[in-house]
Amino acid sequence: MHRRCMGRCCLVEPRNDFMHELPVTQAILDTALSAAQQAGAARIVAIDLVIGELSGLVDDSVQFYFDILSQGTLAQGAALRFQRQPARARCLTCGHSYDAAPPLAPFCPACGSVHLQVTGGRQFQLESIEIDDHPTGSAEDSER
Amino acid sequence: MTTLPVVQKILSANDAIAAENRAALDAAGALGVNVMASPGAGKTSLILATTQRLPAGLRLAVIEGDVAGSIDADTMAAAGIPVVQINTGGGCHLDAPMVRSALPHLLPAGVDLLLIENVGNLICTAEFALGAHVNLVVGSTPEGHDKPYKYPGMFAAADVVVLNKADVAAVFDFDLDAFQRGVRMVNPQAPIFVLSCRTGEGLEAWVDWLVAACHAEGRRSIPV
Ligand SMILES: Nc1nc2c(ncn2[C@@H]2O[C@H](COP(=O)(O)OP(=O)(O)OP(=O)(O)O)[C@@H](O)[C@H]2O)c(=O)[nH]1
Ligand SMILES: [Mg+2]
Ligand SMILES: [Zn+2]
Repeated sequence: MHRRCMGRCCLVEPRNDFMHELPVTQAILDTALSAAQQAGAARIVAIDLVIGELSGLVDDSVQFYFDILSQGTLAQGAALRFQRQPARARCLTCGHSYDAAPPLAPFCPACGSVHLQVTGGRQFQLESIEIDDHPTGSAEDSER
Repeated sequence: MTTLPVVQKILSANDAIAAENRAALDAAGALGVNVMASPGAGKTSLILATTQRLPAGLRLAVIEGDVAGSIDADTMAAAGIPVVQINTGGGCHLDAPMVRSALPHLLPAGVDLLLIENVGNLICTAEFALGAHVNLVVGSTPEGHDKPYKYPGMFAAADVVVLNKADVAAVFDFDLDAFQRGVRMVNPQAPIFVLSCRTGEGLEAWVDWLVAACHAEGRRSIPV
Protein backbone atom coordinates (compact mmCIF):
# COMPACT_ATOMS: atom_id res chain seq x y z
CA MET A 1 0.00 0.00 0.00
CA HIS A 2 2.75 2.41 0.85
CA ARG A 3 4.40 2.30 -2.51
CA ARG A 4 5.63 5.66 -3.59
CA CYS A 5 3.41 7.19 -6.17
CA MET A 6 3.42 10.70 -7.47
CA GLY A 7 0.95 10.03 -10.21
CA ARG A 8 -2.32 8.96 -8.83
CA CYS A 9 -3.49 6.51 -6.28
CA CYS A 10 -6.60 5.62 -4.42
CA LEU A 11 -7.04 4.77 -0.78
CA VAL A 12 -10.32 3.28 0.25
CA GLU A 13 -11.17 3.62 3.89
CA PRO A 14 -14.49 1.85 4.08
CA ARG A 15 -16.01 2.78 7.38
CA ASN A 16 -19.59 2.91 8.34
CA ASP A 17 -19.62 6.41 9.74
CA PHE A 18 -22.39 7.67 7.53
CA MET A 19 -23.05 10.49 9.89
CA HIS A 20 -20.47 12.24 11.98
CA GLU A 21 -22.46 11.40 15.10
CA LEU A 22 -21.26 7.79 14.81
CA PRO A 23 -17.49 8.39 15.11
CA VAL A 24 -18.20 11.08 17.70
CA THR A 25 -20.25 8.61 19.72
CA GLN A 26 -17.54 5.97 19.44
CA ALA A 27 -15.02 8.52 20.78
CA ILE A 28 -17.33 9.35 23.70
CA LEU A 29 -17.75 5.66 24.50
CA ASP A 30 -14.01 4.89 24.27
CA THR A 31 -13.08 7.80 26.54
CA ALA A 32 -15.75 6.93 29.10
CA LEU A 33 -14.82 3.24 29.12
CA SER A 34 -11.14 3.85 29.66
CA ALA A 35 -11.86 6.28 32.51
CA ALA A 36 -14.27 3.76 34.09
CA GLN A 37 -11.82 0.87 33.76
CA GLN A 38 -9.04 2.92 35.38
CA ALA A 39 -11.37 3.65 38.27
CA GLY A 40 -12.35 -0.01 38.56
CA ALA A 41 -16.01 0.80 38.02
CA ALA A 42 -18.62 -1.94 37.71
CA ARG A 43 -20.68 0.07 35.28
CA ILE A 44 -21.24 3.52 33.85
CA VAL A 45 -24.57 5.02 34.81
CA ALA A 46 -24.35 8.35 33.04
CA ILE A 47 -22.03 10.44 30.90
CA ASP A 48 -21.98 14.23 31.08
CA LEU A 49 -21.12 16.09 27.90
CA VAL A 50 -20.67 19.78 27.25
CA ILE A 51 -21.53 20.60 23.65
CA GLY A 52 -21.47 24.09 22.17
CA GLU A 53 -24.50 25.27 20.23
CA LEU A 54 -22.35 25.95 17.17
CA SER A 55 -21.05 22.38 16.98
CA GLY A 56 -23.68 20.77 14.75
CA LEU A 57 -24.20 17.65 16.85
CA VAL A 58 -27.66 16.10 17.13
CA ASP A 59 -28.31 14.79 20.67
CA ASP A 60 -30.89 12.17 19.74
CA SER A 61 -28.69 10.76 17.06
CA VAL A 62 -25.75 10.41 19.47
CA GLN A 63 -27.94 8.62 22.03
CA PHE A 64 -29.25 6.34 19.27
CA TYR A 65 -25.76 5.28 18.22
CA PHE A 66 -24.65 5.09 21.83
CA ASP A 67 -27.33 2.56 22.72
CA ILE A 68 -26.08 0.32 19.91
CA LEU A 69 -22.34 0.77 20.41
CA SER A 70 -22.42 0.38 24.19
CA GLN A 71 -24.15 -3.02 24.15
CA GLY A 72 -22.15 -5.54 26.12
CA THR A 73 -19.88 -2.89 27.63
CA LEU A 74 -19.72 -1.28 31.06
CA ALA A 75 -21.63 1.61 29.56
CA GLN A 76 -24.65 -0.37 28.40
CA GLY A 77 -27.78 1.48 29.46
CA ALA A 78 -25.91 4.64 30.43
CA ALA A 79 -27.67 7.95 29.95
CA LEU A 80 -25.99 10.66 27.94
CA ARG A 81 -26.59 14.02 29.54
CA PHE A 82 -26.00 16.91 27.19
CA GLN A 83 -25.23 20.27 28.61
CA ARG A 84 -25.67 22.65 25.69
CA GLN A 85 -23.41 25.69 25.88
CA PRO A 86 -24.89 28.66 24.05
CA ALA A 87 -22.74 30.96 22.02
CA ARG A 88 -22.66 34.54 23.32
CA ALA A 89 -23.47 37.40 21.00
CA ARG A 90 -22.52 40.99 21.65
CA CYS A 91 -23.73 44.01 19.73
CA LEU A 92 -20.83 46.19 18.66
CA THR A 93 -23.16 49.20 18.39
CA CYS A 94 -25.08 49.21 21.69
CA GLY A 95 -23.14 46.67 23.74
CA HIS A 96 -26.17 44.42 24.35
CA SER A 97 -25.10 40.86 25.12
CA TYR A 98 -27.23 37.72 24.64
CA ASP A 99 -27.22 33.96 24.00
CA ALA A 100 -27.16 32.90 20.37
CA ALA A 101 -27.80 29.65 18.47
CA PRO A 102 -27.99 28.87 14.75
CA PRO A 103 -29.47 30.18 12.62
CA LEU A 104 -27.93 33.37 13.99
CA ALA A 105 -30.19 36.40 13.73
CA PRO A 106 -28.55 39.07 11.59
CA PHE A 107 -29.80 41.93 13.80
CA CYS A 108 -29.24 42.95 17.41
CA PRO A 109 -32.50 42.26 19.31
CA ALA A 110 -32.03 45.50 21.30
CA CYS A 111 -31.09 48.11 18.69
CA GLY A 112 -31.31 46.40 15.29
CA SER A 113 -27.63 46.89 14.48
CA VAL A 114 -26.03 44.41 12.09
CA HIS A 115 -22.61 44.70 13.70
CA LEU A 116 -22.44 41.72 15.99
CA GLN A 117 -19.78 39.54 17.51
CA VAL A 118 -20.42 35.92 18.44
CA THR A 119 -18.02 34.07 20.71
CA GLY A 120 -17.92 30.59 22.22
CA GLY A 121 -20.38 27.80 21.48
CA ARG A 122 -17.77 25.43 20.05
CA GLN A 123 -17.16 23.23 23.10
CA PHE A 124 -17.00 19.51 22.42
CA GLN A 125 -16.07 17.92 25.68
CA LEU A 126 -16.68 14.97 27.95
CA GLU A 127 -16.97 16.41 31.46
CA SER A 128 -17.51 13.50 33.80
CA ILE A 129 -18.97 10.03 34.14
CA GLU A 130 -21.18 8.70 36.88
CA ILE A 131 -20.11 5.20 37.86
CA ASP A 132 -21.41 2.40 40.00
CA ASP A 133 -18.64 0.86 42.09
CA HIS A 134 -20.64 -2.16 43.27
CA PRO A 135 -20.21 -5.14 40.92
CA THR A 136 -23.79 -6.35 41.40
CA GLY A 137 -25.24 -2.93 40.65
CA SER A 138 -27.25 -3.37 43.85
CA ALA A 139 -27.43 0.33 44.66
CA GLU A 140 -29.50 2.94 42.90
CA ASP A 141 -30.59 2.18 39.39
CA SER A 142 -31.06 5.75 38.38
CA GLU A 143 -31.66 7.40 35.02
CA ARG A 144 -33.05 5.41 32.14
CA MET B 1 -22.55 5.99 42.82
CA THR B 2 -19.56 8.23 42.16
CA THR B 3 -19.06 11.10 39.78
CA LEU B 4 -15.69 10.83 38.12
CA PRO B 5 -14.35 13.95 36.42
CA VAL B 6 -12.87 13.19 32.99
CA VAL B 7 -12.71 16.55 31.19
CA GLN B 8 -11.37 15.56 27.81
CA LYS B 9 -12.10 16.83 24.32
CA ILE B 10 -14.30 14.24 22.66
CA LEU B 11 -12.19 14.01 19.54
CA SER B 12 -8.84 14.05 21.31
CA ALA B 13 -7.80 10.75 19.68
CA ASN B 14 -8.28 12.33 16.25
CA ASP B 15 -6.55 15.52 17.41
CA ALA B 16 -3.47 13.52 18.44
CA ILE B 17 -3.12 12.04 14.95
CA ALA B 18 -3.77 15.47 13.43
CA ALA B 19 -0.78 16.72 15.42
CA GLU B 20 1.33 13.91 13.90
CA ASN B 21 0.18 14.93 10.44
CA ARG B 22 1.09 18.52 11.16
CA ALA B 23 4.56 17.45 12.26
CA ALA B 24 4.98 15.41 9.04
CA LEU B 25 3.94 18.42 6.96
CA ASP B 26 6.29 20.68 8.87
CA ALA B 27 9.17 18.25 8.44
CA ALA B 28 8.49 18.22 4.70
CA GLY B 29 8.18 22.02 4.58
CA ALA B 30 4.68 21.74 3.15
CA LEU B 31 1.74 24.00 3.87
CA GLY B 32 -1.42 21.95 4.41
CA VAL B 33 -4.78 23.46 3.49
CA ASN B 34 -8.07 21.81 4.47
CA VAL B 35 -10.58 22.85 1.80
CA MET B 36 -14.12 22.69 3.18
CA ALA B 37 -17.41 23.62 1.51
CA SER B 38 -20.89 22.40 0.64
CA PRO B 39 -21.19 19.92 -2.22
CA GLY B 40 -20.71 21.76 -5.49
CA ALA B 41 -19.47 25.06 -4.06
CA GLY B 42 -16.42 24.76 -6.26
CA LYS B 43 -13.66 23.10 -4.22
CA THR B 44 -12.31 21.16 -7.19
CA SER B 45 -12.71 24.15 -9.50
CA LEU B 46 -10.84 26.37 -7.04
CA ILE B 47 -7.98 23.88 -6.69
CA LEU B 48 -7.65 23.65 -10.49
CA ALA B 49 -7.90 27.41 -11.01
CA THR B 50 -5.35 27.94 -8.24
CA THR B 51 -2.80 25.48 -9.68
CA GLN B 52 -2.92 27.23 -13.02
CA ARG B 53 -1.78 30.42 -11.30
CA LEU B 54 0.84 29.12 -8.90
CA PRO B 55 4.40 30.33 -9.48
CA ALA B 56 6.64 27.90 -11.35
CA GLY B 57 8.62 25.68 -9.02
CA LEU B 58 6.03 25.58 -6.25
CA ARG B 59 5.29 21.89 -5.84
CA LEU B 60 1.62 21.12 -5.34
CA ALA B 61 -0.06 17.89 -4.29
CA VAL B 62 -3.73 17.16 -3.66
CA ILE B 63 -5.71 14.80 -1.46
CA GLU B 64 -9.25 14.27 -2.72
CA GLY B 65 -11.78 13.24 -0.12
CA ASP B 66 -15.05 11.91 -1.46
CA VAL B 67 -17.84 9.66 -0.31
CA ALA B 68 -17.22 7.39 -3.29
CA GLY B 69 -15.70 7.40 -6.74
CA SER B 70 -12.69 9.23 -8.11
CA ILE B 71 -14.15 11.85 -10.46
CA ASP B 72 -12.33 14.76 -8.80
CA ALA B 73 -9.04 12.84 -8.46
CA ASP B 74 -9.20 11.86 -12.14
CA THR B 75 -9.60 15.54 -12.98
CA MET B 76 -6.51 16.38 -10.91
CA ALA B 77 -4.47 13.52 -12.37
CA ALA B 78 -5.44 14.60 -15.88
CA ALA B 79 -4.08 18.05 -15.03
CA GLY B 80 -0.78 16.40 -14.04
CA ILE B 81 -1.20 17.00 -10.32
CA PRO B 82 0.02 14.33 -7.87
CA VAL B 83 -3.14 13.19 -6.15
CA VAL B 84 -4.36 10.63 -3.68
CA GLN B 85 -8.05 9.80 -3.58
CA ILE B 86 -9.57 8.90 -0.24
CA ASN B 87 -13.01 7.33 -0.31
CA THR B 88 -14.77 7.61 3.00
CA GLY B 89 -17.24 4.88 2.05
CA GLY B 90 -20.20 7.04 3.00
CA GLY B 91 -18.56 9.03 5.79
CA CYS B 92 -19.38 12.72 5.75
CA HIS B 93 -15.89 14.03 6.51
CA LEU B 94 -12.19 13.26 6.28
CA ASP B 95 -10.42 12.56 9.55
CA ALA B 96 -6.81 12.63 10.66
CA PRO B 97 -6.12 8.87 10.25
CA MET B 98 -7.29 9.02 6.62
CA VAL B 99 -4.96 11.90 5.87
CA ARG B 100 -2.14 10.14 7.69
CA SER B 101 -2.49 7.15 5.38
CA ALA B 102 -2.24 9.42 2.32
CA LEU B 103 0.81 11.48 3.32
CA PRO B 104 3.49 8.81 2.60
CA HIS B 105 2.24 8.65 -0.99
CA LEU B 106 2.86 12.34 -1.55
CA LEU B 107 5.37 13.98 0.78
CA PRO B 108 8.52 11.93 -0.07
CA ALA B 109 8.62 13.32 -3.64
CA GLY B 110 8.69 16.90 -2.34
CA VAL B 111 5.63 19.03 -1.70
CA ASP B 112 5.38 22.75 -0.89
CA LEU B 113 1.62 23.00 -0.87
CA LEU B 114 -0.85 20.24 -0.03
CA LEU B 115 -4.48 21.01 -0.79
CA ILE B 116 -6.89 18.61 0.89
CA GLU B 117 -10.37 18.62 -0.64
CA ASN B 118 -12.66 17.53 2.17
CA VAL B 119 -16.02 15.85 1.63
CA GLY B 120 -18.71 18.36 0.62
CA ASN B 121 -20.37 19.19 3.94
CA LEU B 122 -20.72 22.37 5.98
CA ILE B 123 -21.78 20.73 9.22
CA CYS B 124 -19.04 18.68 10.78
CA THR B 125 -15.89 18.76 8.65
CA ALA B 126 -14.30 21.42 10.85
CA GLU B 127 -14.75 19.31 13.99
CA PHE B 128 -12.33 16.71 12.66
CA ALA B 129 -8.87 18.28 12.60
CA LEU B 130 -6.64 16.90 9.84
CA GLY B 131 -3.38 18.58 10.81
CA ALA B 132 -3.57 21.20 8.05
CA HIS B 133 -2.14 24.65 8.79
CA VAL B 134 -4.98 26.49 7.12
CA ASN B 135 -8.73 25.89 7.26
CA LEU B 136 -10.26 27.21 4.05
CA VAL B 137 -14.03 27.48 3.85
CA VAL B 138 -15.44 28.03 0.36
CA GLY B 139 -18.88 29.54 -0.02
CA SER B 140 -20.58 30.18 -3.36
CA THR B 141 -23.23 32.63 -4.42
CA PRO B 142 -25.91 30.06 -5.45
CA GLU B 143 -25.96 28.78 -1.85
CA GLY B 144 -27.20 32.16 -0.66
CA HIS B 145 -25.70 34.74 1.67
CA ASP B 146 -27.26 33.22 4.79
CA LYS B 147 -24.81 30.30 5.06
CA PRO B 148 -22.57 31.91 7.74
CA TYR B 149 -25.71 32.44 9.87
CA LYS B 150 -26.86 28.85 9.44
CA TYR B 151 -23.47 27.15 9.73
CA PRO B 152 -21.61 29.53 12.06
CA GLY B 153 -19.40 26.74 13.43
CA MET B 154 -17.79 26.20 10.03
CA PHE B 155 -17.16 29.86 9.40
CA ALA B 156 -15.83 30.34 12.92
CA ALA B 157 -13.28 27.59 12.25
CA ALA B 158 -12.02 29.21 9.02
CA ASP B 159 -8.60 30.82 8.72
CA VAL B 160 -9.57 32.12 5.30
CA VAL B 161 -12.88 32.30 3.42
CA VAL B 162 -13.39 32.22 -0.34
CA LEU B 163 -16.68 33.22 -1.90
CA ASN B 164 -16.83 31.55 -5.30
CA LYS B 165 -19.13 32.03 -8.33
CA ALA B 166 -19.08 35.82 -8.05
CA ASP B 167 -19.97 35.82 -11.77
CA VAL B 168 -23.51 34.67 -11.03
CA ALA B 169 -24.12 36.68 -7.81
CA ALA B 170 -26.88 38.77 -9.38
CA VAL B 171 -28.79 35.72 -10.63
CA PHE B 172 -29.04 34.44 -7.07
CA ASP B 173 -29.84 37.80 -5.40
CA PHE B 174 -26.67 37.33 -3.44
CA ASP B 175 -26.12 40.08 -0.84
CA LEU B 176 -22.34 40.25 -0.39
CA ASP B 177 -22.55 42.65 2.56
CA ALA B 178 -24.84 40.28 4.45
CA PHE B 179 -22.50 37.36 3.72
CA GLN B 180 -19.44 39.27 4.90
CA ARG B 181 -21.20 40.50 8.05
CA GLY B 182 -22.24 36.91 8.79
CA VAL B 183 -18.64 35.74 8.51
CA ARG B 184 -17.41 38.67 10.60
CA MET B 185 -19.98 37.92 13.30
CA VAL B 186 -18.25 34.66 14.15
CA ASN B 187 -14.83 35.34 12.67
CA PRO B 188 -13.44 38.86 12.94
CA GLN B 189 -10.10 38.10 11.28
CA ALA B 190 -10.22 35.59 8.42
CA PRO B 191 -9.56 37.27 5.07
CA ILE B 192 -12.48 36.93 2.64
CA PHE B 193 -11.70 36.56 -1.08
CA VAL B 194 -14.55 37.09 -3.51
CA LEU B 195 -13.78 35.40 -6.82
CA SER B 196 -14.97 33.38 -9.77
CA CYS B 197 -13.28 30.22 -10.92
CA ARG B 198 -15.21 30.57 -14.16
CA THR B 199 -14.01 34.07 -15.15
CA GLY B 200 -10.81 34.22 -13.11
CA GLU B 201 -11.96 37.43 -11.44
CA GLY B 202 -10.44 37.82 -7.97
CA LEU B 203 -8.24 34.74 -8.23
CA GLU B 204 -4.97 36.65 -8.27
CA ALA B 205 -5.46 38.14 -4.80
CA TRP B 206 -6.36 34.72 -3.41
CA VAL B 207 -3.34 33.00 -4.99
CA ASP B 208 -1.03 35.79 -3.76
CA TRP B 209 -2.32 35.22 -0.22
CA LEU B 210 -1.85 31.46 -0.52
CA VAL B 211 1.68 31.71 -1.90
CA ALA B 212 2.62 34.13 0.88
CA ALA B 213 1.24 31.65 3.43
CA CYS B 214 3.31 28.90 1.77
CA HIS B 215 6.50 30.90 2.04
CA ALA B 216 5.83 31.84 5.63
CA GLU B 217 5.29 28.16 6.43
CA GLY B 218 8.35 26.97 4.48
CA ARG B 219 10.52 29.39 6.41
CA ARG B 220 9.09 28.26 9.69
CA SER B 221 10.01 24.63 8.98
CA ILE B 222 13.63 25.36 8.05
CA PRO B 223 15.73 24.56 11.12
CA VAL B 224 17.38 27.69 12.52
N1 LIG C 1 -20.81 30.02 -12.72
C1 LIG C 1 -19.82 29.43 -12.04
N2 LIG C 1 -19.81 28.08 -11.90
C2 LIG C 1 -18.79 27.53 -11.22
C3 LIG C 1 -17.73 28.31 -10.66
N3 LIG C 1 -16.88 27.47 -10.02
C4 LIG C 1 -17.38 26.23 -10.18
N4 LIG C 1 -18.53 26.25 -10.91
C5 LIG C 1 -19.35 25.09 -11.29
O1 LIG C 1 -19.93 24.53 -10.11
C6 LIG C 1 -20.06 23.11 -10.25
C7 LIG C 1 -19.42 22.41 -9.08
O2 LIG C 1 -18.02 22.68 -9.06
P1 LIG C 1 -16.97 21.72 -8.34
O3 LIG C 1 -15.65 22.39 -8.44
O4 LIG C 1 -17.09 20.35 -8.88
O5 LIG C 1 -17.51 21.75 -6.86
P2 LIG C 1 -17.03 20.88 -5.61
O6 LIG C 1 -17.19 21.74 -4.42
O7 LIG C 1 -15.68 20.33 -5.87
O8 LIG C 1 -18.10 19.72 -5.61
P3 LIG C 1 -18.07 18.32 -4.80
O9 LIG C 1 -16.65 17.85 -4.78
O10 LIG C 1 -18.96 17.44 -5.58
O11 LIG C 1 -18.59 18.64 -3.44
C8 LIG C 1 -19.40 22.77 -11.59
O12 LIG C 1 -20.42 22.62 -12.56
C9 LIG C 1 -18.55 23.98 -11.88
O13 LIG C 1 -18.35 24.19 -13.26
C10 LIG C 1 -17.78 29.73 -10.84
O14 LIG C 1 -16.92 30.50 -10.39
N5 LIG C 1 -18.85 30.23 -11.53
MG1 LIG D 1 -15.01 18.34 -5.77
ZN1 LIG E 1 -27.48 46.59 19.67
